[in-house]
Amino acid sequence: MVSARAVAETVTDPELPMLTLAELGVLRDVTERTGRVEVTITPTYTGCPALDTMRADLRSRLAAAGYPEVEIRTVLDPPWTTDWITESGRRKLSEAGMAPPGPAPRREPGPIPLTLGPARRVRCPRCGSADTVELSRFGATACKSLRRCDACREPFEHFKEL
Amino acid sequence: MSFDNAFDALAQESDDTRWAFGTGFDDPLAGIDPAVPDGVDRAALAAYCLMLGDDALVMSHRLQQWCTHAPELEEEVALANIALDLLGQARLLLARAGAAEDAGRGEDDLAYFRDPPEFRNVGLAEAENGDFAYSAVRLLVFATWRLALLDRLTASGDPVLAAIAAKSVKEVAYHRDHAALWTVRLGDGTDLSHERAQRALDDLWPLTGELFATHEVERRLAGAGVGVDPADVREEFDAVLDEVLAKATLRRPDPVPSHLAGRDGAHSAALTGLLAEMQGLARAHPGATW
Repeated sequence: MVSARAVAETVTDPELPMLTLAELGVLRDVTERTGRVEVTITPTYTGCPALDTMRADLRSRLAAAGYPEVEIRTVLDPPWTTDWITESGRRKLSEAGMAPPGPAPRREPGPIPLTLGPARRVRCPRCGSADTVELSRFGATACKSLRRCDACREPFEHFKEL
Repeated sequence: MSFDNAFDALAQESDDTRWAFGTGFDDPLAGIDPAVPDGVDRAALAAYCLMLGDDALVMSHRLQQWCTHAPELEEEVALANIALDLLGQARLLLARAGAAEDAGRGEDDLAYFRDPPEFRNVGLAEAENGDFAYSAVRLLVFATWRLALLDRLTASGDPVLAAIAAKSVKEVAYHRDHAALWTVRLGDGTDLSHERAQRALDDLWPLTGELFATHEVERRLAGAGVGVDPADVREEFDAVLDEVLAKATLRRPDPVPSHLAGRDGAHSAALTGLLAEMQGLARAHPGATW
């Protein structure tokens, strides 16, 4: 029998189907005690509408693998950060034409500073050029921004640092 | 996989709860310990979470009303995303309010079955959208104020409120930047956009007095290390706003006196219209599922 952890680690994100929940950093823990599985997940954004689907997918995948008793816990603390996206997750984002996030902004003491200037440099996932501009800080989902490459002229999505 | 009809397609997962009224979505705090720490006044915590939750819920609805009306497609998507973040924050906060109250009311009961005088949001959130300049400048003021509050709430003595705040801070920082960029673009744009941005700021400014008025619940919870006294964030708010307004070449109106209104349930007619739209379906078909 495949371990519950191994099963849970194959479940993919409903909105980023090329990534597993483990690669996204959403799957925090899987424990198994006398046939009962406890899965801990954390939402990316507070309004993430995919969370319920993730729970359902985890339940049905584990049930199909012989784990009918599954409890899914949601934790908010520590808050999810894009720094938890694994190396393979970043590679898959890139291969899907989405620029992976850079390091999450480091919190300095004092008030959170405004970011009014051009956002950080992001390389085009198609041609690799750093000559890209931000079109909108909010893309098709809250976790992505929309950019354009001025070298190959293609628009692309960038996974925002959070 | 093919389906005979759309209903089968939607029902492919027996426990796949879709996210809309009547589709059986579950408590957003599912699996999170609902306990309230010893020594924390449950009634005050519930009232406080309602204030913060109602601000987010009502502001989210105003932003949603821009759908199909925004000046460009990218902005439409951006405002919808910001509205979704705030709706997520509202769900968590209302669920926390319900848990602290411990009277069996969940997020739906609180969102859909309270009348205007029971809402505790500030007037700034409920004001009509006006033109795009008004909405952009209003979002800047709202997000600047809310971010300063949330940032301090990450140290709240209520671990759930602290965790909600820690997540929300990251989101609202993006909202504030977005609104600031628009405020600069409009204020430092053409004569017409400048004039309309300045008018928006002048028009909404009387609503800012309420943001820094301390409610009794806030005073009590701030003293207990659970809440934040909004008067304490005024300095940070002023500094951020001055930075943006200087770049936007906009003039900050004269300060207005602090006074309580929405926190005590006193609202404008604008909230009545907003809630009629938001609550109509849930009230017409209480408990309906499909």
